[in-house]
Amino acid sequence: MKSLGRLTGCALALACAHENKGVVAETDTKMKGAAAAEASQPPADGATAAIRPFNVKVPENALVDLRQRIAATRWPDRETVPDRSQGVQLEQLQEFVRYWGTGYDWRKAEAKLNALPQFMTTIDGLDIHFIHVRSRHTGALPVIITHGWPGSVIEQLKIIGPLTDPTAFGGRAEEAFDVVIPSIPGYGFSGKPTGTGWDPDHIARAWAELMKRLGYTRYVAQGGDWGSPISGAMARQAPAGLLGIHINLPAAVPPEVGAGIAGGGPAPAGLSEKERAVFDVLMTSAKKGNLAYVVMMAARPQTVGYAVTDSPAGLAAWLLGHPGFAQWTYGGDPNESPTKDEVLDDITLYWLTNTGTSAARLYWENAGRGVTSAAAQKTAEISLPVAITVFPDEVYRAPETWARRAYRNLIYFHEVDKGGHFAAWEQPELFAAEIRAAFKSLRPADGKVAAH
Amino acid sequence: MRSLGWLTGCALALACAHEGKGVVAESGTNMKGTAAAEAQPQAASTAEAATAAIRPFKVQVQQAALDDLRRRIAATRWPDKETVADQSQGAQLAKLQELVRYWGSGYDWRKAEAKLNALPQFTTNIDGLDIHFIHVRSRQRNALPVIITHGWPGSVFELLKIIGPLTDPTAHGGRAEDAFDVVIPSLPGYGFSGKPTVTGWDTDHIARVWAELMKRLGYTRYVAQGGDVGAIVDNAMARQAPAGLLGIHVNLPGTVPPEVDGALAGGGPAPAGLSEKERAVFDALSTYRKKGNAGYFVMMAARPQTVGYALTDSPAGLAGWILVHPGFAQWNYGDDPGKSPTKDEVLDDITLYWLTNSAASSARSYWENGGRSPISAAAQKTAEISLPVAITVFPEDVYRPPETWARRAYRNLIYFHEVDKGGHFAAWEQPELFAAELRAAFKSLRPAEGRVAAR
Repeated sequence: MKSLGRLTGCALALACAHENKGVVAETDTKMKGAAAAEASQPPADGATAAIRPFNVKVPENALVDLRQRIAATRWPDRETVPDRSQGVQLEQLQEFVRYWGTGYDWRKAEAKLNALPQFMTTIDGLDIHFIHVRSRHTGALPVIITHGWPGSVIEQLKIIGPLTDPTAFGGRAEEAFDVVIPSIPGYGFSGKPTGTGWDPDHIARAWAELMKRLGYTRYVAQGGDWGSPISGAMARQAPAGLLGIHINLPAAVPPEVGAGIAGGGPAPAGLSEKERAVFDVLMTSAKKGNLAYVVMMAARPQTVGYAVTDSPAGLAAWLLGHPGFAQWTYGGDPNESPTKDEVLDDITLYWLTNTGTSAARLYWENAGRGVTSAAAQKTAEISLPVAITVFPDEVYRAPETWARRAYRNLIYFHEVDKGGHFAAWEQPELFAAEIRAAFKSLRPADGKVAAH
Repeated sequence: MRSLGWLTGCALALACAHEGKGVVAESGTNMKGTAAAEAQPQAASTAEAATAAIRPFKVQVQQAALDDLRRRIAATRWPDKETVADQSQGAQLAKLQELVRYWGSGYDWRKAEAKLNALPQFTTNIDGLDIHFIHVRSRQRNALPVIITHGWPGSVFELLKIIGPLTDPTAHGGRAEDAFDVVIPSLPGYGFSGKPTVTGWDTDHIARVWAELMKRLGYTRYVAQGGDVGAIVDNAMARQAPAGLLGIHVNLPGTVPPEVDGALAGGGPAPAGLSEKERAVFDALSTYRKKGNAGYFVMMAARPQTVGYALTDSPAGLAGWILVHPGFAQWNYGDDPGKSPTKDEVLDDITLYWLTNSAASSARSYWENGGRSPISAAAQKTAEISLPVAITVFPEDVYRPPETWARRAYRNLIYFHEVDKGGHFAAWEQPELFAAELRAAFKSLRPAEGRVAAR
């Protein structure tokens, strides 16, 4: 337990304890930011490709500091409108942040994470954190599932059971998955890039390397939000072993539609009634400023970062500004998923890992390439099988016509009747059922998915 | 001093003392935000009877507010360093840390307060909102009154250095007949003006309020000046053409023609038929857009409240956000002590936003503006302006409008001059030159008989 002594003094107050192997040297690379700089021993170079066990344990003083800051929040005056059109409403946010500082318990989130096998591995010089749950069923199909912003691995936790243990959730043994859920570079417990170049293409290559390190020779990829362009980039790169992808925020918007929206209209000629309705929704969304956070973070992530790094309330408001939370009730409906505590798990993760800025930088790296634009995502270069589920409350409902045009090897397209941007978080059972159906045809007949 | 008792208890810790008249009841309407809500009933009713009154105003921030600011600065939690070697991701960590460290240890707000309180300041309530303004009359008879409007992330602070040259031209290389009476209001939601609690305080509304302000001051003939948000307000005043307004001078004119707007919005090629000079401006605007220079604008126009939470709770966050304005792109954080604005002057401005808690309320002015571009002729409806318009182009401003576009946008363009130095905060950066431009720009509009006021 030599490492724990040092950890207590971490400026960032983020300690990562270890299970099983007692690899003390490991601690150095697990530490983030200022803490890493305090490490007394260099990381074990010989173990770069190693997969290291990981557990989360945040020192109490980081939680105390967070509560103190919350209690000292200085608030602006109230919005001048009776809705969310100027951003999160003052009273709702105040109540939410008050609960964060008094009733919320991070230790429960920590326990949820630590109940799962978590690991760390260094790829291209960066520590990648991931959850890896193997199914007890032989021949389970490995899937790498990528979260987005303002999400994290927290939004994927509820699908792990249904995917790895389908028979306990109304599925069949032959529908089982081995699940790999990494934290994107700059997010959660993964390392923060200190140089440029960690764009979705780079992350996609790192994910292929990760799957290779795990010994998987045949696997699929899944993602929404950032997970979609990352999965799309994987499909373009077509690394050995990748059988196909499923995405729930497809890049299906055709060039002429994108141009029509960017220019402020009108709709291009020849749209069907259904396409026209989607065009109108996208246009309204643009006019309402729903994507302003994308513009701002793509332009000046550091500027956003100063404010959200120093203010818990500011961070909460910034994350909740995502259109994916537009219908969220702040826990007003206790049956709603995600719950108030679950959303706070996610926000608190951003706070404790000090990733408000590093996460925003992914938008800068992406340089404003629209994640829903077929041209920006170069979908024409994808020949691997692509599956899509359209969730009705997502930021847009891709019409099948556009999806077929964008992805020439579209093997699955399904519109379901509930769920939104955070589909895995909101409707985990339905989401898992979609993944099962989407990848059914890609399962190797011989069931061989790993080299060992 | 009855008022001072409850002022001490102000949650906002912003006290406004009064000079001259000892109008104690006045305090109620001078206070901002939470403090105003604490005003005693009798104070409010007294103020109501005097709605059209012009009330003296002084700034005196309570020590507790300054102590709190320093404590928060000392407790700043910083992000990791940007991943680039320039400002393309925003203010750089090392530079911002140094500035914020100075803010919390070396900077002295009391000097800023003294600068403001050395000037005659007033408030008056218009359409239910307290409007703070500086009002300096020239000692020259028949000085031309000018109302000068700041922008974001500026304040009355960016205009202080032009007051001397404008009101007292003979001391600054000008002539007595070049003199101005100067009125410098704080925009609603900015500085010591009140914060709108309802929608509708857009630039058209502010323009009408400015006309009312000049009327209350007894001015029957006057001109208006502005850059940034001030230019938008002035465009609106010129469109509205209130009685007495003789013309405007703007240093961020709305000249970009519709076909150029369209090409820029669509990210497309330049429209055909541009001259070489126009083409260069198109390219500069296109680059500006692609670099994300207007990201802050898009964000504040969309979700001012979201921006507000973080900036209200973090001094470093506020400073980082304010310094993202492209007008500060060339600013060297005070490394060149001969350069204006100095480090202290920029901190005066940032501290004003902090102490008046106006990050959210000022951002809301972008929301009210609905994202209409200040530089677009169509968005500014310049075709509806028939009053005389004067323009000075400062070379480092966010764009250099070509004269051809300016003439097309403003049919009664009486003055167009490109000067050789100065940028977005021209009055702050080059006060003498700025003042000389106003003298030249408005020369032809001065009433021959010199009568500018009703009294």
